[in-house]
Amino acid sequence: MNLAQLSLLDQAVFVLAALILFLSFTLLAQSRLVAGIHVFAWQGAVLAGATALVAVNGAHHLFISAGLTLLLKALLIPWMLHQQVRKLELERHVETLPHAALVLMGGAALVIFSYWVVVPIERLELLETRNIISLSLAVILLGLLIMVTRRQAVTQVIGFMSMENGLFMAAVAATHGMPLVVELGVAFDVLVAAVLFGVFFLHISESIDSLDTDRLNRLAAPEDEE
Amino acid sequence: MTVNAWLQVLLQSVLFLLGAPLLVAWVRRVKARLQNRRGASWIQPYRDLYKLFGKETLVAHTASGVFRAAPYMVFASTLLACTVVPLITVRLPSAAVADVIVLVGFLALGRFFLALAGMDVGTAFGGMGSSREMLISALAEPAMLLAVFTLAMTAHSTNLASVIDHQLISGLILRPSYLFALMSLVLVAVAETGRIPIDNPTTHLELTMIHEAMILEYSGRHLALMEWAAQLKLMLYGVLIVNVFLPWGIGTQLTLPALATGLLFVIGKLLLLGVILAVAETGLAKMRLFRAPAFLNLALLLALLGLLSHVILEAAA
Repeated sequence: MNLAQLSLLDQAVFVLAALILFLSFTLLAQSRLVAGIHVFAWQGAVLAGATALVAVNGAHHLFISAGLTLLLKALLIPWMLHQQVRKLELERHVETLPHAALVLMGGAALVIFSYWVVVPIERLELLETRNIISLSLAVILLGLLIMVTRRQAVTQVIGFMSMENGLFMAAVAATHGMPLVVELGVAFDVLVAAVLFGVFFLHISESIDSLDTDRLNRLAAPEDEE
Repeated sequence: MTVNAWLQVLLQSVLFLLGAPLLVAWVRRVKARLQNRRGASWIQPYRDLYKLFGKETLVAHTASGVFRAAPYMVFASTLLACTVVPLITVRLPSAAVADVIVLVGFLALGRFFLALAGMDVGTAFGGMGSSREMLISALAEPAMLLAVFTLAMTAHSTNLASVIDHQLISGLILRPSYLFALMSLVLVAVAETGRIPIDNPTTHLELTMIHEAMILEYSGRHLALMEWAAQLKLMLYGVLIVNVFLPWGIGTQLTLPALATGLLFVIGKLLLLGVILAVAETGLAKMRLFRAPAFLNLALLLALLGLLSHVILEAAA
């Protein structure tokens, strides 16, 4: 048995990685905006925990990334999203999810697909945690699926951010993290993106009076037609 | 040796029969304490059963033989299902004969007769309860089977005794697939035993009841058997969860000390599970019936994720 030969720490990393995947599915099924932001925050926290466990296991420089992840993705960005949701008075917003069960099954199919795609790549890796790469790809694809299936701008941004979580997880699991400069750059990119998205939210809601991005492909205001 | 082993099956059945009302009493007491009540005495479920067995059994004049046979069928199939789950020792000949798919089959058989009995008399409530029960079980069964297959893939056997043995031999391994299977089985158990987010075991409110609606027409010893079977089912799921996922302490030999420690450990684990159940039931509100499919969809998704994470993360590369 493969798993039995790993240390307890590595096993815990596996469990946390699987939890991150589960949280992606929760995001996919979550119709309440504020609850979705909370789930996203939890995903960031679990990701930080996984990174910290890898850091304990030897790659000590990852402690900094773990701290950054916790600070940015579990606290700061969810807080900013929350502020914007409050400002736009969307706290009670519940999105209708068309074909919810179908989308979830599609997500499961994406997991299988990413496993199938990544198997040859995993063979090249030497680290014990290489199996996590396919989970990371699945998290990335699920983030994409969230962006495709949702019409609410805030949820689409959450999907985008959870894609970044998947990338980060892949980096940590496959290579014990990117160089610190790159990681700092990515972290601040995400932060800047969050700020910019906030500005976009304001502009979208000012110009079309809603955050439903489906309305962006019409030229006229909705009340003009019919 | 073999005679001794079959005696152990008998002992386990008796333990299930006696323990199930006690577990229900424990959950009720903890719940009462959480609601600042003193709660009924420990032996209240026994008293209820005793009283019901002594009462006259009335049967509606429209009832057919199915109605009369159903309590015995439900009780017998649940009791047979109980003998499949290792309670205090894994060296169980009945567990070697019947694997976990048979267990699911026994439960399905009991549920089938329960639903038939609900519809047999022809009252509105009975039919409504049966249709609801079937809705929930049709969604819960695939989730339970998937969760069970996750365990079976790890142990390379669908036999519960082998699954537990495998877990004991390999020691403490954090398996993501077990975590998901555990969460899925808990959700299924809540739905199947009619506990609070899905069904309220104490309600007789016509809009919400599921299990109670089906047994509304029963009285006397029929009702006692139905109640007892429901209590057995709760204990069955509890034992299944604690012994498969936390098997430590269960007896691996057929010696008296091993059996005694096994009994002590399983009592401790069930008491703990009862507390968790009571706290969850106090904190949660019953959900609308139309939310139940979403709840069980989550269970199915968790079981599927368990299966996938077994293949992706745990299978030998």
